[in-house]
Amino acid sequence: MEDSREGATTLRATPEHIHVDEEEPLSRHAHPRRGLRIGIGGPVGSGKTALVAALCRTLSSELELAVVTNDIYTTEDADFLLRNGVLPAERVTAVETGACPHTAIRDDISTNLEAIEELEDKLPPLDLILVESGGDNLTATFSRGLVHYQIFVIDVAGGDKVPRKGGPGVSTSDLLVINKTDLASRVGADLSVMNRDARAKRGDLPVLFTSLTEDPTARTVADWVRGRLAEHRD
Amino acid sequence: MTGQKTVSVSAYGTAEGSLSALLLLADGRFPTGGHAHSGGFEPAAGVDGLNDVASLEAFLRGRLGTVGLVSAAFSAASCRIFGAEVVPVGDPDSDGSTAAQLALLDAEYEARTPSPVLRTASRRLGRSLLRAGRCVWPHPGLDRMVSLPGKGPHQPIAFGAVAAAAGQPPRHAALAAAHEAVAGPATAAIRLLGLDPFEVNAALARLAPAVADVAGQAAACAHAPPADLPANAGYLLDIFAELHATWEVRLFAS
Amino acid sequence: MRAHAAVAAERVYTAEGMARTRLVRLRSQAPLSLHPNLQALPLRLRHWLRDPRSGMSVSLAAGAAGPLGGDRLRLDIDVAEGATLMLSAVAATVLLPGPHAEESRSIVNIRVAAGAALLWFPGMQIAAEGCRHSTVTRVELAPDARLHMREGLILGRHGERPGEFRQRLRITQGDVPLYDQELAVGAGTPGWEGSAVTGGRRALGAVITVDHDEDRMTSFGTAVSPAFPDTAVLRVSERCAVITSVAPDALALRQRLDAALWQTDNCARTAQDERKETAVAAPVG
Ligand SMILES: Nc1nc2c(ncn2[C@@H]2O[C@H](COP(=O)(O)OP(=O)(O)O)[C@@H](O)[C@H]2O)c(=O)[nH]1
Ligand SMILES: [Mg+2]
Repeated sequence: MEDSREGATTLRATPEHIHVDEEEPLSRHAHPRRGLRIGIGGPVGSGKTALVAALCRTLSSELELAVVTNDIYTTEDADFLLRNGVLPAERVTAVETGACPHTAIRDDISTNLEAIEELEDKLPPLDLILVESGGDNLTATFSRGLVHYQIFVIDVAGGDKVPRKGGPGVSTSDLLVINKTDLASRVGADLSVMNRDARAKRGDLPVLFTSLTEDPTARTVADWVRGRLAEHRD
Repeated sequence: MTGQKTVSVSAYGTAEGSLSALLLLADGRFPTGGHAHSGGFEPAAGVDGLNDVASLEAFLRGRLGTVGLVSAAFSAASCRIFGAEVVPVGDPDSDGSTAAQLALLDAEYEARTPSPVLRTASRRLGRSLLRAGRCVWPHPGLDRMVSLPGKGPHQPIAFGAVAAAAGQPPRHAALAAAHEAVAGPATAAIRLLGLDPFEVNAALARLAPAVADVAGQAAACAHAPPADLPANAGYLLDIFAELHATWEVRLFAS
Repeated sequence: MRAHAAVAAERVYTAEGMARTRLVRLRSQAPLSLHPNLQALPLRLRHWLRDPRSGMSVSLAAGAAGPLGGDRLRLDIDVAEGATLMLSAVAATVLLPGPHAEESRSIVNIRVAAGAALLWFPGMQIAAEGCRHSTVTRVELAPDARLHMREGLILGRHGERPGEFRQRLRITQGDVPLYDQELAVGAGTPGWEGSAVTGGRRALGAVITVDHDEDRMTSFGTAVSPAFPDTAVLRVSERCAVITSVAPDALALRQRLDAALWQTDNCARTAQDERKETAVAAPVG
């Protein structure tokens, strides 16, 4: 079946030969021995896709990597990743979410699990699978049945009150990324206030400040991912 | 009746227990990936004046009488076949006959689903159903279905099997499948067209006798030879499904 | 009225060892009548015959007025090993109501044996107002048999609403069900005019090809041009493809199916072949 649009492998476009072998049953519900799955959530425009692209750039030479995107409109994020050449098309799958990305990452994770398993079946053993949420809903968090860890991305342009107002993503995600620090002065956001509020909400959970325009490799986030990978492999 | 035996040996041994399991299975929130499918509504929306509750109701009636009936009949047949192996002791299906019968049913369903796009969607949903079903109502027969080579069973075959594992008789499987045939697209219509959810549910309530009728017809063929099961086709559903798959921007997978 | 017509063809060899198709049975019963003719295979299917004279063509006439309520019509088509038969209706069939609102029924049983091929053009069926008709067509193909058929249905004559019409087409190959679809329209069928089934359109049709020629089948991978709406090429399986269309009227239906066929054809000039045959001698017997 032909791939549309720059080869983005949408769920529809990969019906061929979904291999299922006898030993390995279809359902490997967040199986611990398989690749590490990290969810990336947060409001629209905060830089989730930019972070996924940065992680791919930094980690794809050292890891077997794949990405699942949950767009509001089908394949925009997947197309961005492909256009920017951070991963080959067969490593990016866009899933349709019936206008509800938050449902697809939390309440009914079937479509995402299907997509991950298809990637796992067709690619060499994967070390890392990044699942980007469409960001339609500030309260959306990933199901523990879908990912091992989740990163919540907010940006300083959204105002320095976002960490204080909290919400499940800000308070419970495994990593909070506060992006676009390069814009802080222009939007009058006080990074120290954001830092203080975030730490108050999150206890010991880590917070990282990034500017993906200044550091398109997302070095600090990549290091955090490497740490989780090391734990996952033990 | 097989269903009676199934109920009596299941963990949902009481009638109420069985009904409660049925409600769970028929709930649109049961996590089987269905929320990402519009049952053909997304490509049909806006075409031929399909933009209000009245035209939605006509769409749903047509869907119910065609793919709804087929899906309900195959669910009932699969439930009957699978239910026969829900026995109190021992490893069921030691001779593999259940698997063979389900494979036959699957091939017949395939012949009634000429659209490759809809076939793929149906097998995806079938796999998702098995995934959920095995977790919610563990059963060695479901494990066996998962380990069969191939792309996974079609949705109604999986649905009947999961329903049987949940202690449901074929007529309940048929009812839940017929209900889902209209409830799923109706939810999609609310999201896509912003229709008044009360009005849409009123339409679903008006469809209830038709749903019961289709479920009755479907359950009546649970014992029929697979070749004789209904084959009613939604011609535009097939054509639109193929078109939809080529859209640049889609909210629903099908 | 009850009528039973039958045609059976087999392969024979000439003294020179050339394969020919011979009719071994040709049974007509009013209103169904079968006549051999000299039509050639449509160009797009010429690859089915190494020698264009090795096929046989028969026409089917179903009488001036098609089945009336109460009629029971049966047609058996049997193509034996290696034979090639083309069977074409000479005109459309109008399905009419009977005096006591009884149902009329047509049953078509088709068997195509190993290495044999059938081209089946049953013609348009027109479901007139008040009719009550059902057509059941069963096609049994041997594993390497070939089939090409084109069917069409018009829901009501001009300005008319159709009566109750039902048709089922079931194709099996070997033990495998390939295609099994039923269409039901009319007052007794809820929702048939909704956007799931006909969407208020009045003509439906399909072209079905079962072939093991890979080149031929890969040509069915193409999508239909948006200039021809409500038409799709369904690649049902490795060996089976269906072009299906729902159109406002018979003319549009024909144009859409032709366009889709044309697009899927390797052979560029064949869009109208099925209608414009150039006669090539096909010796009888
Ligand atoms: N100035 C600035 N812009 C950024 C940064 N990160 C991302 N962007 C821009 O923010 C916009 C939204 O980013 P995107 O990754 O698509 O957001 P998403 O909706 O969360 O996936 C894009 O135009 C990015 O180029 C950053 O660190 N600084
Ligand atoms: Mg994004």
